Amino acid sequence: MTSLTELTVAQIRDGHRAGDFSAVEVAEAFNANVAGARALNAFIVETPEHALHAAEQADADRAAGTLKPLSAVPIGMKDLFATKGVQTTAASHILEGFVPPYESTVSQKLWDAGAGMLGKLNMDQFAMGSSNETSYFGNVLSPWRSNDGSNAALAPGGSSGGSASAVAARLCPAATGTDTGGSIRQPAAFTGISGIKPTYGRCSRWGIVAFASSLDQAGPMARDVRDCAILLGVMAGHDAKDATSLNLPVPDWEAALQADLRGKKVGIPREYRLDGMDAAIAAMWDKGAAMLTDAGAEIVDITLPHTKYALPAYYIIAPAEASSNLARYDGVRYGLRDLSDGAGLQDMYAATRAAGFGAEVKRRIMIGTYVLSAGFYDAYYTQAQKVRTLIARDFAHAFTQCDVILAPTAPSAAFALGERSADPLAMYLNDVFAVPASLAGLPAMSVPAALSADGLPLGLQIIGNMFDEQGVLNAGLALEQRAGFTARAEKWW
Amino acid sequence: MSVDQATVGKIAKLARIAMPDDDVAALVPELNNILAWVDQLAEVDVTGVEPMTAVIPNRMVLRADVVDADPLTGGNRRDDILANAPAAQHGFFGVPKVIE
Repeated sequence: MTSLTELTVAQIRDGHRAGDFSAVEVAEAFNANVAGARALNAFIVETPEHALHAAEQADADRAAGTLKPLSAVPIGMKDLFATKGVQTTAASHILEGFVPPYESTVSQKLWDAGAGMLGKLNMDQFAMGSSNETSYFGNVLSPWRSNDGSNAALAPGGSSGGSASAVAARLCPAATGTDTGGSIRQPAAFTGISGIKPTYGRCSRWGIVAFASSLDQAGPMARDVRDCAILLGVMAGHDAKDATSLNLPVPDWEAALQADLRGKKVGIPREYRLDGMDAAIAAMWDKGAAMLTDAGAEIVDITLPHTKYALPAYYIIAPAEASSNLARYDGVRYGLRDLSDGAGLQDMYAATRAAGFGAEVKRRIMIGTYVLSAGFYDAYYTQAQKVRTLIARDFAHAFTQCDVILAPTAPSAAFALGERSADPLAMYLNDVFAVPASLAGLPAMSVPAALSADGLPLGLQIIGNMFDEQGVLNAGLALEQRAGFTARAEKWW
Repeated sequence: MSVDQATVGKIAKLARIAMPDDDVAALVPELNNILAWVDQLAEVDVTGVEPMTAVIPNRMVLRADVVDADPLTGGNRRDDILANAPAAQHGFFGVPKVIE
């Protein structure tokens, strides 16, 4: 029999239902993989007992005939989701030791569906980063190594780097991620897995540590498109506790999956073809268009004229919202407090935040504070929000001509840890293809499509119209079936 | 637009982040780099364009005006709320003495 940790979510669910194995065997197998992979530093907290407990319940439910949608499926939970009784830090020092007395809506939905938790996954601190080098708890390592013989430790991408690394290394069959400006899609691309960011508002943000509230969306990361559809179906749904939560029925995305794209039009945005684009990325993109043609779709040239302004607009809007959201970390209500003898309240705030936030978080709070400050608000923040309107209009216009958009997920394969951390701007450019869809609130996913010359995964991105996760998943499935991506990281950890 | 050391120091103060002069000095070129890059937004013609306020059209609804409507977020959760406080005292958040 195939090792249980090789199974996808759908295979675990169906195999367990059929009686091929017990949920406890599954949980034990993944718990062992988690414990044996500490070199990857993918987890901040391991919760094998949580996974086992859910597994025992799943086995009991099978005996009683009351199986749930995710019975027997253990998952990893990004440390941005509040989990009752289990430390939740957003990979920061300022929240170290914070044990939420409540459960986030999305994680609660997953537990209610029968899933178990293998642990809390490492990430970029407060989800700010594209390489997982800003975590207070250390870098996450990608399980991948390039074939150039260097053996350099590679970035798993970020901010959901622990999720990506853990799924790619078979430490969990699936994990939650969050995406503010590419934090699900870029790490998925770097590690050869799939991940989808749904339409803004599909998943409740309640109980997710806030970064940039108008952009933050939760979504699943898994080994294939079907698993993403299964997980998203459980995670999505209206929640009265989040004012931006969409009050729409959640479609059965898994049941409606189909890779026949006849009658569909796929837009290729010409502005995404950057000068000096990596040849392997360009070739994969062309091949992706050919795959979708093979699936029956018609390729159309589209224009998204404001694309080049998306990233600068994002780096005003996201830090602005972050500076406001992170004002809550003040050493009073939770987390770290730095109070020296004789210090006053203001001193305590400033010392606590100086000690508790990492360099990138401080940088973004500083940018956000500046662009929101008196005299600069209109020039920066209002202007960025107007540009955001134009970017959303570009997409709205494009979707009068096509059903989905095909683009690369990231401009390069995974880079070495440390290679870009000295230059914030170079790091920000990683998300050049991911950010526009985030600003427009659109569903978008990455599927592994090819290997670089160095043998590292490359991802293709599908962007859909609002509420059209099905269109995104179906095009993703068509790519997946034709790309035949079976490469995997060889175990060294 | 660009910032100087005094401005960065002022931003740090506004952001309530204690920052030694060396750190402030190091941030000046970093922030200027980023600000010079975002300045390209100024070239976009936004005549007649409204700033985005809601990314996906969504109707705001009012919940029923009921006390403790949601058992999770309703009242009478003092101990839960104080459980993570670094210095909870007598049922309150403790802070250093404030004399103005």
